[in-house]
Amino acid sequence: MKLYCLSGHPTLPCNVLKFKSTTIMLDCGLDTTAALYFLPLPLVHSPRLSKLPGWVSKDGAINLEKELKECSGRVFVDSQPEFCLPEKELLDLSTIDVILISNYHCMMALPYITEHTGFTGAVYATEPTLQIGRLLMEELVTFMERVPKAQAATCWKNKEIQRLLPGPLKDAVDVWSWRKCYSVQEVNSALSKVQLVGYSQKVELFGAVQVTPLSSGYSLGSSNWIIQSHYEKVSYVSGSSLLTTHPQPMEQSSLKNSDVLILTGLTQIPTANPDGMLGEFCSNLAMTIRAGGNVLVPCYSSGVIYDLLECLYQFMDSANLGSTPFYFISPVANSSLEFSQIFAEWLCQNKQSKVYLPEPPFPHAELIQTNKLKHYPSIHGDFSSEFRQPCVVFTGHPSLRFGDVVHFMELWGKSSLNTIIFTEPDFSYLDALAPYQPLAMKCVYCPIDTRLNFHQVSKLLKDIQPLHVVCPEPYTQPPPAQPHRSDLMLELQPPPMAYRRCSVLGLPFRRRYERIHLLPELARSLVPSEIKAGVSVATVSAVLQSKDNKHVLQPAPKPTPVPPSKKRKRVTEEPPESLNPKPLLSGAVPLEPFLAMLHKNGITEVKVEETADGHILHLQTEDVLIQLEEDATHIICDNNEPLRTALRDLVLRFLQKL
Amino acid sequence: MPDIKVTPLGAGQDVGRSCILVSIGGKNIMLDCGMHMGYNDDRRFPDFSYVTQNGRLTEFLDCVIISHFHLDHCGALPYMSEMVGYDGPIYMTHPTKAICPILLEDFRKITVDKKGETNFFTSQMIKDCMKKVVPLNLHQTVQVDEELEIKAYYAGHVLGAAMFQIKVGLESVVYTGDYNMTPDRHLGAAWIDKCRPDILISESTYATTIRDSKRCRERDFLKKVHETVERGGKVLIPVFALGRAQELCILLETFWERMNLKAPIYFSTGLTEKANHYYKLFITWTNQKIRKTFVQRNMFEFKHIKAFDRSYADNPGPMVVFATPGMLHAGQSLQIFKKWAGNEKNMLIMPGYCVQGTVGHKILNGQKKLEMEGRATLEVKLQVEYMSFSAHADAKGIMQLIRMAEPRNMLLVHGEAKKMEFLKDKIEQEFSISCYMPANGETTTVVTNPSVPVDISLNLLKREMALGGPLPDAKRPRTMHGTLIMKDNSLRLVSPEQALKELGLSEHQLRFTCRVQLHDPHSDTDTLGRIYTHLKSVLKSYSIQHVPDGTVIVESIVIKVTASAEEPNLKVVLLSWSYQDEELGSFLSTLLKKGLPS
Repeated sequence: MKLYCLSGHPTLPCNVLKFKSTTIMLDCGLDTTAALYFLPLPLVHSPRLSKLPGWVSKDGAINLEKELKECSGRVFVDSQPEFCLPEKELLDLSTIDVILISNYHCMMALPYITEHTGFTGAVYATEPTLQIGRLLMEELVTFMERVPKAQAATCWKNKEIQRLLPGPLKDAVDVWSWRKCYSVQEVNSALSKVQLVGYSQKVELFGAVQVTPLSSGYSLGSSNWIIQSHYEKVSYVSGSSLLTTHPQPMEQSSLKNSDVLILTGLTQIPTANPDGMLGEFCSNLAMTIRAGGNVLVPCYSSGVIYDLLECLYQFMDSANLGSTPFYFISPVANSSLEFSQIFAEWLCQNKQSKVYLPEPPFPHAELIQTNKLKHYPSIHGDFSSEFRQPCVVFTGHPSLRFGDVVHFMELWGKSSLNTIIFTEPDFSYLDALAPYQPLAMKCVYCPIDTRLNFHQVSKLLKDIQPLHVVCPEPYTQPPPAQPHRSDLMLELQPPPMAYRRCSVLGLPFRRRYERIHLLPELARSLVPSEIKAGVSVATVSAVLQSKDNKHVLQPAPKPTPVPPSKKRKRVTEEPPESLNPKPLLSGAVPLEPFLAMLHKNGITEVKVEETADGHILHLQTEDVLIQLEEDATHIICDNNEPLRTALRDLVLRFLQKL
Repeated sequence: MPDIKVTPLGAGQDVGRSCILVSIGGKNIMLDCGMHMGYNDDRRFPDFSYVTQNGRLTEFLDCVIISHFHLDHCGALPYMSEMVGYDGPIYMTHPTKAICPILLEDFRKITVDKKGETNFFTSQMIKDCMKKVVPLNLHQTVQVDEELEIKAYYAGHVLGAAMFQIKVGLESVVYTGDYNMTPDRHLGAAWIDKCRPDILISESTYATTIRDSKRCRERDFLKKVHETVERGGKVLIPVFALGRAQELCILLETFWERMNLKAPIYFSTGLTEKANHYYKLFITWTNQKIRKTFVQRNMFEFKHIKAFDRSYADNPGPMVVFATPGMLHAGQSLQIFKKWAGNEKNMLIMPGYCVQGTVGHKILNGQKKLEMEGRATLEVKLQVEYMSFSAHADAKGIMQLIRMAEPRNMLLVHGEAKKMEFLKDKIEQEFSISCYMPANGETTTVVTNPSVPVDISLNLLKREMALGGPLPDAKRPRTMHGTLIMKDNSLRLVSPEQALKELGLSEHQLRFTCRVQLHDPHSDTDTLGRIYTHLKSVLKSYSIQHVPDGTVIVESIVIKVTASAEEPNLKVVLLSWSYQDEELGSFLSTLLKKGLPS
C-alpha cells in the first residue's frame, strides 16, 4: 500500500493511494498562489498598469521588458495568470480509478487531471460540492476570458534567466509546471465524470474497497472519506471544522479504528480565532462606513461569505447602519446565493429546521428581498448605474489579480476613507497588495479559517486513536515565523509520517485476511471438532470462485463415478490425481488404547519394545513394525496393502485432521 | 434455517392504511403507518394489537420507516407513536419530515374540528411524534443499530418519496412505498441499483394497467379543460395539496401562457403558497430539468394561478379550481363539487386514484345520485373525467423495477387482490421467482439461504488463486484445502500448516515404509535408473527426480534400491512416504510389485 503525494500544499492536497487493487486519488487542489507573481488583470483600461516600465537586468544583458514589468518596486509577469498544478510526472494519471473530492476548494485542478491525461475513471463528490465547485470553476474561467491577454510569457521561466531575476520571482518553484486556466468545455467535460454521493453512503469500488464520505463540517457538502476493506481502514481527513457555522457538523466517531489517518487541511492561521476575527471584521466595517468610506471584501463566491452576510444581517441594524447597501459582484453571485438555499440536508440542524417551516435557511434571502443585498454578475451593466456609496462590496478574486476586485482596488485604493478587509486565509495580504502600492486605503487583515487548529486536532486524534498518521511536512514542525511555538505542530506517538511534493510513502500495513463466503451447502457439510475449550476446527475442501474481487467457496464436485466397463483395469493403473492433498495430522497415538484397538481388530500378537522416543510394536504374525512416538508414527509393512491401510485407519482414529 | 417474515397490517390486497411488518435477522421493522380514507371507524388505522395486545410497541419494533407523506402511508403515525405508544426511531426523508406534519394537522382538523370526532390525536401529539423522526438522505446508509442498516432510494411519486432497503447481515428486503418509473413534469423516475434483495415488497396500484404515454394524457387533459372553459363551464380538479397539484399547475401555467388564456385558475386552501415553497427549498428532489434551470426561472412561481376564496365558487363565468382533498371525501373540494354538480356545462377531472368508500370513488363508478348528510340527494349532472395522473408505476414499471433490483422473491401490497393475482402470475412466469400477496394479518415467510462470511488468510487465498490460474477450468475445478478455525464468534480459514501453528499444536508425522522385491538382473544403480524411466513414463504430471546419492524422489516419496544379500538379482526396493502422499505411495508400491517392463 503506497501513497503518492502530488502536492505539498497542506490545504490544497492531491494524493494518490494505492490500496489493494485500486488507485484512488484523494482531492486535486489547485494552488492559485502562483497568480501572485502576475500583474492584475484590470476590467477597465488602467493607465497606471499599462504604463509600467519593462524589466531589464541591471547590466542590460537580459531584456524581458515585454514579459516582466516593474511595479511598486517589484517585478511581475505580464501575462495571463497561471496556477501551480499537482505533480503530473510521479505516476501515470491514466491509471487512476477514482478521484474522491472532499470539498469544492479541493477540486479546482480537476480539469487538468481528467482531461488530456487518458483518465477514464470516475470522480465522487457530494451534490453541493459538485454544484458549488462548478460555480467556482466557471467564475475562474469567466474572470480569465473576460480580459483576454494576447501573450503568454515563457522566456522568464528559463532556468538560466529565472536565476538572475529579482525576488520573489527568482525563488518561485516548479514554474514550468504552471498552467493557465482551463476552458468552459474542459470544466464541463471534467464535471460530467462526477458521480454524486451522500454522506454515509457506502460506495463499492470493484468489489475490493468501500469508500464512504462523512460530513466534515467545513463547507456545504464537505466530506472526509473512509477507505476500507473488511480488514483495513484508511481515513482521509481534509478541511474539517468543529465550529458551528452553516454546514452539517463534523462526523467524528466513524473515523475511529483507522489503521492510517491521512491528515490535511488544518487551519492556515492557527493563531487567529475565527470568532474574534468576525468581531474585528464588523467593527472595522462599521468604522469605515460611519466615516463615509467604502468597504471592499475580497472573497470567494461561496463559503465564509454566507456566514459574513448572516453576521452582518444581525450586526448592521444593531449598529444603526441598516441602510448601508451590500453588493455581491460575481458572475456566479446569483447562483451561489440561490444554491445555498436548496441544500437543507447538508446544513446544520438550526438551518435545517428552518426549511420545515418552510423558510429559506439563510437570512440573505431576506437581505435580498428587502433590497439590502444586491447581486450583480459584474461591474458592467446595472451595477454602475445603481450603486450608492458608502457601501460594502463582496467580490473576487481574493488574490486581487483578476475578477471585479481589481477594478475596486483601482477605484478606491487612493482614498484613505476606504478599507479593504481580507477574510480569506489563502493568500498573504501583503503579497496580494504588492502591485497596488502605494495605497492610501486602509488594510485590515481578519483571516477567517474555520478549519481544525492544532489543539482541536490533537484532541480529535486522542479520541479516534489512529494507528498511524500521515500529514504534510509543515505540520510536523512549528511555523517558520514562530519557531518557538511547539504547540503549533503535531506531536504524536508514533511520530506522524510526513510527506512533501513528490514523496512516495509506503504505508505500514500488513494485510493478512480477506473476506470469503462459504455457500450454505458447503457450510452445512462441514464437521467441526473441538480442539480445545471454545476452539473448534473443521477441514474445508472446496472450490474457489473469484469474480469481481469477491470470493466464494462452493462444495467440491463429487468425483465422477468410474464408468463400470472393460476399461476398469486400466483405470486402476492410472496414477491418482495429484489434486487432493491429505489433511495435516496432529495429536498422539497413545500406546495402551492403540494396543486395545489392535486387539479388537484381531491383531493379538504384539511385541512392545521401549525406545528412547517411544515404542516399537512388532506385529509378529504379520511381520509389521509400528514405531509410535509422540509426534510421529511410522508403519513398516511389506506386501500387504490391505493390512497397511487397515493399520493406517486405526492410527488415524487417534489423530486430529487439519 | 433463517427466514424473513412479512405481515401487512394494512395494504395487504388493499389500497389504504399501508403498514407492513417485517422480521429479518431478529429485527422487527414497521414499514409505513398509514390511514384508510374509506373508513371512519376503527378500520381507519392498522390493527396494532397484532404486534402486542397491551402495552407499548417500543420493545417490539426496532424502527419505523415512512416512505412518503401521503396520509395512507403516514396518517396513523401520531396514533401509533403517541396513543398506542412507540418511542423508537422513525425514519423518513427531509421533505417527508417537513410536509408530513402539515398534512397530519390538516387531517386532524377535518376529523376533529369539522366532524367533531373525539378520541383522536391532538396537535401536540403530532409535534411529539415528529420529535421521534430521524431524517435521512438518499443513499445514506443509516446504521439503526449494530446489525440493522437502512438506505433510501429515489422513488419519484411525490416530493421526498423514497424506497427503502433494509439489511441485516447478508439478508435484505426492499420496500418501494409508492413509486413512479417515468419522470413527470416535476419529479424524476425511481431508481435502484442491482441490490438483489431477498424480498422486494412493491406497491401494485396499477398492476394491470399499461398506461399510454404521458404526453397523450397531458394533451387530453388540456383539451378537456380548454373546451370546458371555452363554453363557459367551470372545471373542478380535486387534488392533494402536494404532488399531482404541482405537476398539473405547471402544465396549466405553461398552456395558459402559450394560448394566452384569460380564464382564472385558482388553487384552494392556504397551503398552496407554502406547498410551492417546499418545492423551491427541496428543488434537489425534483427532476433534472427543473433543477438545472431553477436559478434562472423557478417553475414553482406561478403567474396565472391565484389563491382561491370560498366566495369565488359562485362567480359567474368559466374558471379552473384545484381543490383539496383529492378523493372528494371531505373539505373544500367536496363543497365546491356540491355547488357545481348540477350543471352539465361544468366538469370534474379526477386526476388520481380514489379508494373505496369516498365520494370520488362513487362518482367514478358512474353513480349519478349521491346521498348526502341530512338525507338530501345530490344529482350529478356535470361531466366526469378520470385521468390517471397519479404517479404510480404501471405493470411495465413494476417489471422494470424487478429487472433493476433482481430480487429473489417478490411480494405485492397496495393494490386490489384481483389485479395482484394477474401481476403475480406474470411475474412468476417472466422471472421464475416466487411472488406473494398476503392479505392483512397474514404472514408470508420466505426462507433465506445466506452464505457464511469467513476470514480467509491472504496467504492461502493468494496461493490458491495463483495455482488456479487466471481462468478457472470449469471441467477440472481445483479443490482448495484449508482449516476453518472457529473461536469466539470469529471464523477464519487458514492453511492447515498455519492452523497447527496458531493452535499451538505440533504436527504428527505418519509415515509408511514398504519393501518391494523385484527380480532385476542389473546393478543397483541400473535398477534405480530403470525405475526412474518407468515412473517417468507412467507419472506424467508429477515431479520425479533422480538424485545422485542413489534415490529417486517422486513428489516427497523416497525410493531406494538395495540388492538382496543372498541373491544379487533380487532387488529390494524401499519406498517411504508420508500420509500426505498416501494415495501416490500406495499406487507406487502396487505398481512396482508388478515388476518393471523389460
